[in-house]
Amino acid sequence: MKILCVIKQVPDSNAAVRVRADGKDIDPAGLKLVVDPFDEFGVELAVQLREKGKPVSEIVAITVGGDKAAEALRTAMAIGADRAVHLCDPKFDSANELFFAYLVAAAVKKLGESFELIVCGKQNIDLDAGAVGPALAEFLDLPHVGAVQGLEFDEAGKRFTARRRIEGAEEVVEGALPALLTIEKGLVEARYPSLPNLMKAKKKDLKVLTSADLPGETAAEAGTVVEALTPPPARADCRFIEGEPAEMARELVRLLREEAKVI
Amino acid sequence: MSKNILVVVEQREGKVLPASYQLFTPARALASATGGQVVACVVGEGVSGLADTIGAHGAATVYVVEHAELKHYRASAYTSAVTSAVEAASAGIVLFPTTFMGRDWAARTAARKRGALAIDCTEVSARGEDVAASKSMYAGKLQATFVLSGSRLRVLTIRSNVYAAPAAGGGSAAVQKLVYAPSDADRRLTVKAVTATSSGIKDVTEADVVVSGGRSLKSEENFQKVIFPLAQALEGAVGASRAACDAGYQPHSRQVGLTGKVVTPKLYFACGIDGAIQHLAGMRGSKVIVAINTKKEAPIFKVATYGCVADLFTLVPLVTEEVRKLRAH
Repeated sequence: MKILCVIKQVPDSNAAVRVRADGKDIDPAGLKLVVDPFDEFGVELAVQLREKGKPVSEIVAITVGGDKAAEALRTAMAIGADRAVHLCDPKFDSANELFFAYLVAAAVKKLGESFELIVCGKQNIDLDAGAVGPALAEFLDLPHVGAVQGLEFDEAGKRFTARRRIEGAEEVVEGALPALLTIEKGLVEARYPSLPNLMKAKKKDLKVLTSADLPGETAAEAGTVVEALTPPPARADCRFIEGEPAEMARELVRLLREEAKVI
Repeated sequence: MSKNILVVVEQREGKVLPASYQLFTPARALASATGGQVVACVVGEGVSGLADTIGAHGAATVYVVEHAELKHYRASAYTSAVTSAVEAASAGIVLFPTTFMGRDWAARTAARKRGALAIDCTEVSARGEDVAASKSMYAGKLQATFVLSGSRLRVLTIRSNVYAAPAAGGGSAAVQKLVYAPSDADRRLTVKAVTATSSGIKDVTEADVVVSGGRSLKSEENFQKVIFPLAQALEGAVGASRAACDAGYQPHSRQVGLTGKVVTPKLYFACGIDGAIQHLAGMRGSKVIVAINTKKEAPIFKVATYGCVADLFTLVPLVTEEVRKLRAH
C-alpha cells in the first residue's frame, strides 16, 4: 500500500493574521506557520497503519506552497513520511482549493506514481472549505469518503470500513483501495516528532516541481480569485443584562422572545 | 445559454433539509440580476413526492433524479446525478446548502465540471456574468470576497440561517424526471449503515439552538445537570468548548470551534466559555449569541448579542425554568 498524504501549510490558529497591502492576500511577514492540524492527522494515520503492520510500502507527503512550505513537508517526514514532493511556483499561489487539488493531481500524473491510498484533512483551517479531498478524488477518478472518524482495514490492507459522523447520524461506508479519505478529528492523535526524527527528516528526499514541470492552468486562469480580504463585519455591541439572577433570567428570555424572536 | 440557477435540495430518508429552502432567496436575487430562471433538483430514492413542495418555493422546474442506488449519499454517484440536472437545466450557477453533504457534493461537482467553487458563503451577488461571494476565513479573523468566473460553472454552498427561506407560494413547478444509470465508478463504495446518533438530543450541526459549556462546568455530571436541561427545553443541541472536550466532559463530536464543528444556529448559548479565537471561529456566525460568564472582560462578550455577567451554575437553571414556563403557555 503506497500512501500519499496531502498537506498544507497554514497560519497557526493563534496567530494574528494581517492583510497584505494590495488587500488580496494575507501578509506572510512574521506569521507563524504550521502543518494544518487535519492534514497532520492524515500523516499520522499513514504512519500508524505502517506501525500496525499493514503492508505500507511507502508514505509520500505532497504540498503546494511557497518556499516556506518545505518546512511543513519536513515536519511530515519527521512524523514518518518517507519522502516529499513540493509544488512550488508563484504561478501556483492561490486561495482556490479546486486549483490546489488540480495541481496535486497533475503532479501525481506527471510523476507517474500510483497510490493505493490518499489521505488529507477533512478541511483546512485557513480557508475552512474542505474541497481539496473531494476535488482531488474526482481529478484522479477515485472514490472518496469524507470526514472519517473511524477506520479499519482487512488483513491484506485492500478493503476498508470507514465510519463518519454526519448531521445527526453515523455512517458506515465500505470500499476497496485505491481510494481517498479525508480525516476528521478523533481518528488519531498526532504525535510530536522526536528530535532524532526531525534530524533524519532533513536527509529525506524532497522533490520540487515548478510550473516548468507542470504546464497547464495557472492560478490566475483557474476560475476563482480573491478580490478582497477585509476584517469580518462587526457584530453589534453586546447588550449586558443587569440585575439579580432571577431578574436577569426573566429579562433574557423576554428579549430572546420579543426582541430577537428566536425562541 | 447556461444562465439558470440550480438549487440543490438536500434530503435524507425522504425528509428535506429545511436550510435547502433558504437557497431560493439568493437564487431569486441572482436570477433577477442575470435574467436566468430558478430551477431545483432533488436526488435520492423515491423522492419524486417532494417535488411539489420544493417547486412551491419558487422553482420553475424541479428535476428529480431517483434510483434505488441513490438511497444514501455517495459523492461520486450523487455528483453524476446532479451533473445530469445541471446539463438538463442549462444551469450556470449551482447552490448547495453548507452541510457535510453539501460541502462534499459541491466540491466534487465543481471538479467534475471544471467549475469555479466557493464554500460556506454568507453573501452572493451577480457581477455581470461572474458571481461575487463572501465567506469567512482564517478562523473568522478575515472575510474574503471571491469572484467566480462566468466562463465556468459557478458552484457555491450557502451558510445556513444567513438567508431566510421565502414563503412557499402556490406556484406549480414543472417536474422533470431524469434517468440515472449507475456507472461502475459510482458503485465503488457501499453505505452499510446509517444510524441516528441522537438520543433525544440533536447534533450541533443540525439544531436551530445550541447550548454550549466550557471547562468551567468542571465535570460531565454538571453538563447533565446544567447544560442539557436548557438544551432540551429549547429543543436544541449541546455543544462544548475544546477545553471541555479535552477534559473529557463531552465527546469531541460536540466540540464547537476551528477543529470541531462550525455552527450557525439561530441561537447560541455560550455558558462559561471565555471565547478563545478558535471557539469564536466555530460559532460567530450564529444569528443571536448569549454569553454567560463571570468575567466581564471575557472575549466572548465581543461577539455576544446579549451578555450576562453571572455564575452559570446559578443563572442557567433559572433561564431553563423561564423557558419552560414560556413553553408551557
